[in-house]
Amino acid sequence: MSASANSSTFILRGARPYGGDPVDLVLRDGAVAEAAAAGTASAAGATVVDADGLVALPGLVDLHTHLREPGREDAETVETGTQAAALGGFTAVHAMANTDPVADTAGVVEQVWRLGREAGHCDVAPVGAVTVGLGGERLAELGAMADSAARVRVFSDDGKCVSDAVLMRRALEYVKAFDGVIAQHAQEPRLTEGAQMNEGALSGVLGLRGWPSVAEEAVIARDVLLAQHVGSRLHVCHVSTKGSVEILRLAKERGIDVTAEVTPHHLLLDESLAASYDPVYKVNPPLRGKDDVQALRQAVADGVIDAVATDHAPHAAEDKEGEWANALPGMLGLETALAIAQEALVETGLLDWAGVADRLSTRPARIGRLAGHGRPLRAGEPANVVLVDPAVRRAVDPGALASRSRNTPYAGRTLPGRVVATFLRGRPTVLDGALA
Amino acid sequence: MRHLVSAGDLSRDEALLVLDTAHEMAGLQQREIKKLPTLRGRTVVNLFYEDSTRTRISFEAAAKRLSADVINFSAKGSSVSKGESFKDTALTLQAMGADAVVVRHSASGAAQRLAASGWVGGSVVNAGDGTHEHPTQALLDAYTMRRRLNAGTGDLAGRRVAIVGDVLHSRVARSNVLLLATLGADVTLVAPPTLLPIGVESWPCAVSYDLDAVLPKADVVMLLRVQRERMSEAYFPSAREYTRRYGLDATRAAALQDSAIVMHPGPMNRGVEIAAEVADSERSTIVEQVANGVSVRMAVLYLLLGGAFDTSKEQQR
Amino acid sequence: MTTVPSAGRRDVEPGPAAAEDRDADVRTVLTAAEIDRSLSRIAHEVLERGKGGDDLVLLGIPTRGVALARRLAQRIASFEGSPVPVGSLDVTMYRDDLRLRPARALERTEIPASGVDGKLVVLVDDVLFSGRTVRAALTALDDVGRPRAVQLAVLVDRGHRELPIRADYVGKNIPTSLRENVLVQLAEHDGADAVLLRPAGGAR
Repeated sequence: MSASANSSTFILRGARPYGGDPVDLVLRDGAVAEAAAAGTASAAGATVVDADGLVALPGLVDLHTHLREPGREDAETVETGTQAAALGGFTAVHAMANTDPVADTAGVVEQVWRLGREAGHCDVAPVGAVTVGLGGERLAELGAMADSAARVRVFSDDGKCVSDAVLMRRALEYVKAFDGVIAQHAQEPRLTEGAQMNEGALSGVLGLRGWPSVAEEAVIARDVLLAQHVGSRLHVCHVSTKGSVEILRLAKERGIDVTAEVTPHHLLLDESLAASYDPVYKVNPPLRGKDDVQALRQAVADGVIDAVATDHAPHAAEDKEGEWANALPGMLGLETALAIAQEALVETGLLDWAGVADRLSTRPARIGRLAGHGRPLRAGEPANVVLVDPAVRRAVDPGALASRSRNTPYAGRTLPGRVVATFLRGRPTVLDGALA
Repeated sequence: MRHLVSAGDLSRDEALLVLDTAHEMAGLQQREIKKLPTLRGRTVVNLFYEDSTRTRISFEAAAKRLSADVINFSAKGSSVSKGESFKDTALTLQAMGADAVVVRHSASGAAQRLAASGWVGGSVVNAGDGTHEHPTQALLDAYTMRRRLNAGTGDLAGRRVAIVGDVLHSRVARSNVLLLATLGADVTLVAPPTLLPIGVESWPCAVSYDLDAVLPKADVVMLLRVQRERMSEAYFPSAREYTRRYGLDATRAAALQDSAIVMHPGPMNRGVEIAAEVADSERSTIVEQVANGVSVRMAVLYLLLGGAFDTSKEQQR
Repeated sequence: MTTVPSAGRRDVEPGPAAAEDRDADVRTVLTAAEIDRSLSRIAHEVLERGKGGDDLVLLGIPTRGVALARRLAQRIASFEGSPVPVGSLDVTMYRDDLRLRPARALERTEIPASGVDGKLVVLVDDVLFSGRTVRAALTALDDVGRPRAVQLAVLVDRGHRELPIRADYVGKNIPTSLRENVLVQLAEHDGADAVLLRPAGGAR
């Protein structure tokens, strides 16, 4: 493949949009100029990318990323996190609010947004905290964050649940004024005090305090009813249980305006990994049972779960290598998300590539109200494109990840697919599988 | 097997080897000179992140009677309380040349983590990890049962053992269920439903909420310590109600068979899970358990450090 | 899990027991009758050297040394007309080769009730080889008490000493190569009495 990053016109020769028939995709001036018959497109001064056999998808959009800046720059920065995102095929990520200081003011969200712009690897859409300092007591200045340069539309106390029913109701109502959405981290706090892993037979054997499914499901049930009552939009973060899927299915059948996401790890890994007590498998919500994994995959296929979102949670080595109970929960996700979607959803026959585009790009962009992302691959649309080679299988090498942290649960595991190139508004952020 | 992390790691033959070896150790402990030269020049580190004087001195006595050098590393007042990580502490011990690390920790899985991490080269012995396991306690309990019920030989096939109390938070219960199942005993866990873990029905034992129904058939009643702070977490309404339903008092003990024994891993709450007159009765093995603990831990240290469970070592020979 | 098979000899390479071994390269060096005669002779010598059986204590080193000690005790008792205290002394915990080979199950130590203090203790073992077992036995005996004197009786001395130790009473001296194993079989353990010599090692 020959490419020079300087040229402003790119011809992706022989790419297969959504895994369909090959075409030549021409990207010019930040937009898709045309989708010509394969082998026919030419343009003076254009850089030709040999995309033979590669699947072209709209640039991926992550609803749930922890970039850790400000506060834990030793674990991740906006720069390294967005590099990881671009390498994973993402053109936009939502940066969660649980930084230090918390992203609960216009100042902090604008800073994160600006750092994202300066880094230039993908768009960074800051998520605003719902409550001041994630304290769960007073609403943060949601309107100010919405009106800021960061144009925040997604609000979440992620890491903590907005467990107070009144506060949740008010938040749901309040953000209607600017078409915002509350992304709830559904975890009933009293039922999960000190919780370490999924509650079930295994937690009993391992002597690790259980995180029962009901602690998630009870909050989701309450929140969908609240959303219905006040006529608001609700998004549920990292759904992890079969029961949650059933509640969401029912809510959607009732016409409640709820959307939901699932993480790649909940689509692939199960609680049995906790038996090693290796904290790399500690995550919140915890890895669940095999039947939960199956139900979540099916829910993505059915559309009950709208999006796959990474919950990319970098942690410094010292926070992830000691005793299980003392380790911080969370896993890296950006650089492996598409591979896991391919393994768990495409290779199982649950979704085709168009479905992957819908769940990892179109719907998350719509939920986050990111107008320039998740658009179809056709003339006139923004040139946010990812090229993936689905035929490659590679072992995950933690040392080769762009993230500043190493807490991937997939170390040594062979995963399918490889992101070959990512274009952000016509400009390559990744070429030949490396940062452009 | 280089480490002893879980009672479930032991096959029936391995468990019996430990018990048989402990039996001989106990015989040697009757002599005037109790010390054996077996582990001369070896270093055993007691790494205690949790206060447990009884367990620590038991391991210390065991190691010393085998002539090992013993280093006690207690988390309190040490570099650990200054924020040193588990890993750094382990690497320090390794640098000191520990042949065995006896680890006690409030975090479940800490012993397994240490054994699997490669941070230490020696054998790891789990001396209690959180609410997970305490395998040497189970071994000394099995040893005590065998002495009292089986004249000190064979396994425990068909013996009925009731384990009563806070199973949910008990590492002793977990290790005992695993080991006793391996040795063929029929175990029944007796507790209020709040103090039984979710999924306990998949354990190799029976479960009952009714102590009075279980007592007449039991050969062994093992009482677990009930921590008073469990009350504030609403596991049961009051100590009085707990005692009324699950405490072993003299009236209840009268329902036991004549030969049945009463065990407690200590420390006891007299008047809560066990009445003083039962704790001090002929049936009680509580003091004997402590003495047996030293013999069993001598056997474990000897067999682990001697590589008795390590088949690769035999092939090298 | 490994324990040295009980049929294996301590001073020889651990290997499969060869009671049924009919290979041509296995040689009988002592028959049952010769063993019997040797034990009788040793019993007489012990009495002679010890000037009677008054303060005599026989301690066998497990496994086969114990059976030999019991046989010697019987013979001495029949000569003297009064029982001789006999016991066993396990030396496992006193061995110096814990790092070299797997720990094994402990054998029984049984010291006669009369104890060993001030007594003439005769240690009894089946084969004297490197001398390390006897050294361990002497150390073990230290922790039991203080005998007036300690002597050593063995059924076979095969040479190759690694320590300055010799036996006071020997059934038979059998010069051996280090490539050979001496296998002592006794009725109590193996069904019949015999001492065999066979090539060491080999996957038989």
